Amino acid sequence: MDKLLEIKDLHVSFDTYGGEVKAVRGVNLDVKKGETLAIVGESGSGKSVTSKAVMGLIPNPPGRIKQGEILFNGKDLTKLSDRKMQGVRGKDISMIFQDPMTSLNPTMTVGKQIMEGLIKHQKLSRSEARERTVKLLDLVGIPNPDKRVKQYPHQFSGGMRQRVVIAIALACNPMLLIADEPTTALDVTIQAQILDLMRDLQKQMSTSIILITHDLGVVANLAHRVAVMYGGKIIETGTVDEVFYKPKHPYTWGLLSSMPKLHGKSEELLAIPGSPPDLSNPPKGCPFAPRCPHAMQVCIEHMPDYTELTDTQKSACWLLDERAPKVEPPETIGVGGSK
Amino acid sequence: MIAAQGREKLLEVKNLKKYFNVGHKEVLKAVDDVSFTIYKGETLGLVGESGCGKSTTGRTIIDLYGATGGQVLYSGKEVHGVKEKSKKKELTRKMQMIFQDPYASLNPRMTVKDIIAEGIDIHGLAKNSKERQARVFELLETVGLNRDHASRYPHEFSGGQRQRIGIARALAVDPDFIIADEPISALDVSIQAQVVNLLQNLQKERGLTYLFIAHDLSMVKHISDRVGVMYLGNMVELSESDELYDEPLHPYTQALLSAIPVPDPNVERSRERIILEGDVPSPIDPPSGCRFRTRCPMAMDVCAQVTPKWQEAKEGHWVACHLHDDEYKHG
Repeated sequence: MDKLLEIKDLHVSFDTYGGEVKAVRGVNLDVKKGETLAIVGESGSGKSVTSKAVMGLIPNPPGRIKQGEILFNGKDLTKLSDRKMQGVRGKDISMIFQDPMTSLNPTMTVGKQIMEGLIKHQKLSRSEARERTVKLLDLVGIPNPDKRVKQYPHQFSGGMRQRVVIAIALACNPMLLIADEPTTALDVTIQAQILDLMRDLQKQMSTSIILITHDLGVVANLAHRVAVMYGGKIIETGTVDEVFYKPKHPYTWGLLSSMPKLHGKSEELLAIPGSPPDLSNPPKGCPFAPRCPHAMQVCIEHMPDYTELTDTQKSACWLLDERAPKVEPPETIGVGGSK
Repeated sequence: MIAAQGREKLLEVKNLKKYFNVGHKEVLKAVDDVSFTIYKGETLGLVGESGCGKSTTGRTIIDLYGATGGQVLYSGKEVHGVKEKSKKKELTRKMQMIFQDPYASLNPRMTVKDIIAEGIDIHGLAKNSKERQARVFELLETVGLNRDHASRYPHEFSGGQRQRIGIARALAVDPDFIIADEPISALDVSIQAQVVNLLQNLQKERGLTYLFIAHDLSMVKHISDRVGVMYLGNMVELSESDELYDEPLHPYTQALLSAIPVPDPNVERSRERIILEGDVPSPIDPPSGCRFRTRCPMAMDVCAQVTPKWQEAKEGHWVACHLHDDEYKHG
């Protein structure tokens, strides 16, 4: 498959009163055409910042892309002028935000907000745009679309608003869709509806999706590949099966173990002790070392390189070094669900 | 699992109602005729989607909201409408609450020491400042913080640590019963597990009883002995947690369970989901009869006319659905 997006050695920092916060510290990623890549991690791991960098939405100041390239179809997005970036954003790459309550403009009708992009990017006339808007609302499963276009966001429920946000994102048939926690603010039954919708739409339009989430259930449901982020770095990446069934990084083990299982009863959850690192003063070695039950001296001093386990799976951990002791993953990672 | 029979009832909720006036003579029935019992030493989980009334139930039990109707009995004694100060104080000491948002539930202008000791002061549980300080240190250590933290302010702590402070504050007055209202939903996954383990260990050590309110069904299953499911102000099903997850009776519970994405790619690929249509109706003007009927894949004619009875379908398994009522079972 062709690479649609390639992120090379991306560093993003924020200058704050407390000093420089290194939110993203050397991320390498690629997204192929038509696939869903999930970026998982806890708050502050740099997953949202990475995606915002792709969208050119890092506020400057305080934020800046210190280093690295973001190649989209071969052209470097970090080098584009603001004006040129506006031609990409919303047209080739678009975004679904987390909170449908705040990502829509309350003073504009829903129809107008969807038409905005169509008129600007696709140079459609008003009437054409309106027609397409009604079709889009129908596509995302909003009943009575011809009536609903004239309504305001407050007249929609949470789930319906998220459908509108998806319609806006899909308006110009983007090649890449970034979904930043698209279902976190929604209830489970509504989440199931939206995940279903996203999967159907991807099949129909063969859009690539970057899915940012902390919910491993959503990842298992939607993603083809997974990148696990911690402390501003990707510590493990692979296909969804590799990461869930054969994880190699202790952080991935911890993440999978700390989820309660729906079937069968476990006595105690395997919690990861401690809390994530402070990125204004990032650790020299592996960011997970202070919380890692298998940490060695070398982990504290040097960041490990990636070990290529298969064509698709890479993991950055000293345990994979041939000199390291053999450590078996805990039994508790036995992924949930299966009866 | 211990059978519910023959166990000591700690809290009895009988036909609890909480209505809010929302203007124009409209009434929002947030909790409408909910009854359940919590036994001593158990964890009762309460789940449902936003707006189903689970938090309101918790807050009404502890009298943060005055109940519109119904009764709450704690060890057989009425909780609401207690006028006498000393009796009221005794009740509030035994029932404590842990709140959802660890950022909003701690006073930013008070030190951790004063936050935790507030209850101790009110109830006069420490004879002098030395004893007070010793209690605070002990509590901090119980919840996995250390004594150096006592003189700091809440903003110096992370979300998980703040939630631990909230737990220490609840424990300070030696309660028997704790209402935990979404205590982990604002935390990251790895931190959630820490807090849940802490709550479980405290329960073992101190014989606490919990009402655990959350929308994360897998976490609720993990921590609870029994689970109640709410929908639009009503309790629709209540049973032991394994049974509820293995054999849900109410169509809403079935849909809710099938909607949870499981962190297992193979299961997700092969799973058949019951996807509910539409949204939760407004609690200001709920549907007649069974409130779930507008989204229920198995709704019958009778569901629109008759409100289903809250009854025991099997031993210890309560449900409010016509499908499990002998009278209407066959349509």
